[in-house]
Amino acid sequence: MARRLHIELGRRYRFAASHRLHSLQLSEEENIRVYGKCANPYGHGHNYTVEVRFSGTVNPATGMIANLADLDAFVNEQVIDPFDHRSLQDEVPVFSKVVPTTENLCKEIFERLKSFPKAKLEAVRIEETSNNSFEYAGESRAAS
Amino acid sequence: MVYLTRKIEFAASHRYHNPALSAEENRRIFGKCNYPHGHGHNYTLEVTIAGEPDPVTGMVLDLKDLKEILEQEIMQRMDHRFLNYEVAELKGQIPTCENVVRVIWNLLEPKIPQGQLHRVRLYESANLFADCYGRSAGGGD
Repeated sequence: MARRLHIELGRRYRFAASHRLHSLQLSEEENIRVYGKCANPYGHGHNYTVEVRFSGTVNPATGMIANLADLDAFVNEQVIDPFDHRSLQDEVPVFSKVVPTTENLCKEIFERLKSFPKAKLEAVRIEETSNNSFEYAGESRAAS
Repeated sequence: MVYLTRKIEFAASHRYHNPALSAEENRRIFGKCNYPHGHGHNYTLEVTIAGEPDPVTGMVLDLKDLKEILEQEIMQRMDHRFLNYEVAELKGQIPTCENVVRVIWNLLEPKIPQGQLHRVRLYESANLFADCYGRSAGGGD
């Protein structure tokens, strides 16, 4: 029973944003073939749900891996405020060059959240719709 | 390896309060979770068992057995209880999602007759949950 357990804290956040899937490396024809209606010129939107999981030591005084007030403030500052009600390719600089698929969005959000000082980011999982979800756990995990 | 998950729901109340801290510190750290009379949640518990399906029955673990274990170990102990006062395993701990999920893991692990307990996920609400894995699983620490 002295076995050490690995505990993760999971939290879900929501934001709404628009995007257009259009690669500068592809011709107009190829863009339409690859992305279909996601390449329509004025973009479209989703209600995104972002699920984040952090691991760490459970502080015996608080029973917590991280205080939710600290985590919420960090996620709001790093992700929700800059992404919510934005056009991703027009208003989030990285997506002016990188196609804002939800795969790339997972990686960008992971990069933004991995410096949370109070716990270790394990994974970012995004539901683009109730039927599509994507998860990224960092390069080291992917390589193992 | 096949992973089998069963989900149950229970309702319970709790309060976050550390007697070693001052009233002000308790309020600052725990916010409204420190209100004196506690509050409650509808908890959802997902229990995942890993194993190879038995060649005769095709089952990793008989769901009836898992259902009975969850009834005995979790429902009877926690459903419609005040976690701080009525669950002995939580005595002296703040009943956060992190601590409750660990208590649930420790209650279930020795009872699983077939397969291996892989993950326990406890949702306190739709937006907050904690996962517990054995040390070797889930990336380790």
